[in-house]
Amino acid sequence: MITAILFWVLTALAVAGGIAVFVVNSMARATYALAVSFVAVGAMIVMLHLDYIGVITILMMLMEMAVMAVFMVMFMGMNPALMPMDMTHNKRRSVILAVLVFVVLAAAIVFIPWPNRTGSPADDLTKSLGDAIMGSKMLVMLTISPVLFATIIAALVLANPKGRYDRYGDALDRRDVDGHPDPDDPIPGGLG
Amino acid sequence: MSDGAFVLVVLVPVVVAVLSAVTASANGVLDARTNGAQLRTGFAVPFQETARLLRQQRRTLPGADSLLWRISSAGIGIAAVLKVLVIPLGGFTFADLPVGVVWFNAMDVLLWALWWLLGWGANSSWSLIGGYRFLSQALAYEIPLMFALTAPAIGAGSLRLLTVQTAQTHVWFVVWMPVAFLVFAASVVAFASWGPFQTALGADITGGVLLELSGIDRLLVTGGRYAVLVAGAGFSVPLFFGGGAGPILPAGVWVVLKTCLVLAGLLTVRRLFPTVRPDRLAEIAWVIVVPLTLLQLAVVAVIVGVNGGAL
Repeated sequence: MITAILFWVLTALAVAGGIAVFVVNSMARATYALAVSFVAVGAMIVMLHLDYIGVITILMMLMEMAVMAVFMVMFMGMNPALMPMDMTHNKRRSVILAVLVFVVLAAAIVFIPWPNRTGSPADDLTKSLGDAIMGSKMLVMLTISPVLFATIIAALVLANPKGRYDRYGDALDRRDVDGHPDPDDPIPGGLG
Repeated sequence: MSDGAFVLVVLVPVVVAVLSAVTASANGVLDARTNGAQLRTGFAVPFQETARLLRQQRRTLPGADSLLWRISSAGIGIAAVLKVLVIPLGGFTFADLPVGVVWFNAMDVLLWALWWLLGWGANSSWSLIGGYRFLSQALAYEIPLMFALTAPAIGAGSLRLLTVQTAQTHVWFVVWMPVAFLVFAASVVAFASWGPFQTALGADITGGVLLELSGIDRLLVTGGRYAVLVAGAGFSVPLFFGGGAGPILPAGVWVVLKTCLVLAGLLTVRRLFPTVRPDRLAEIAWVIVVPLTLLQLAVVAVIVGVNGGAL
């Protein structure tokens, strides 16, 4: 009973958080409304006894939103990120798309003949998850992670119009006449 | 959780608050000694400050995001309590999470959001700079911390804190995982914005995230900061110091005693090291500390592999 109530409260929180993302008029509020929504989903995953995936979802989403807020403010170009602003654009088409996707997904839930559960969950779900990801799929993970990382770096380089790459091209290892790297380390200190 | 534990859980925030007050007092006494003032005045500082802030009227700048601001000032202490909730006291624990170690990590990332929101909500440039400083510092300490947290987990072969604690029956993890412990302790200092890692609250930006805070909000943040230190120190006990193990006294008392010893260390750290700028910290953390931590993990993994379990 308490479990059911808690589950429904979390569901409501997740949906309300999702709606709030588009209703509020500030970047920070939109970001953290999304964070609340994700944390509620993470808590629901914990309630399904998938502790590791649930807690890691909460962890990753909080971290992601904290960093995302910074990037949104940084790359917003003009300065509305710090001012009240509308969080929606292209409204009519977005609404049509959203309704369509919702109808398709909801219909799928109802009409797909879901298979019955075969077998039973492992004793230690975290361990079996680790085996599943790191055992036979290790090669895939090892390939995907550098590609993902390279994509992030490349996207940042392309998105940043006044970055070092734009100013100096790809000869970042060249040296000045004084023997120092040219361009200089933008942040002197640390290890020099 | 039995019914008894359900009642006892109410005591957790109280215990955290008491330990935070003790820590704040100890810090005040040390400050008083440095300044040549009477030790008694230093001891009373946190209580006077509490009384003052409770009476002080809240002030808010126009355009402040009060909702996010208030949530974040209340949240820091709550994050600390949520960490303490999973710390085992001997064989007893309030929340026996199978992934207790990851839970600690998740709550520490919650602090990222809270410190930044504290800076954001005030609608003041200095506060916002403080919030950004915390995030860039967080990027530096979080990766080493995540690796350091896996060391006890590998040693015990489990993310459950009770198992991590029992794996130290013979040798405490701090003995063969010193690097992991040091990184963990440094990260506690960092996510509490304490000592060398307090640039988010730096005097050079007139207090940073603390600048515009007043009244009860300021009390919650300054108190919450000590609570976060308490939670971090408390968490090091099951991870590195054998949990409630110890002669004569009951396990719960040992946990508190060991926590206080680690806290004493954290108070000392504040007086030993100069403030480190977050941009400099990032380079040091990623180029030196991450490889060292990975080396520590390799040593732990080899020991566990050869020995067939913890030492």
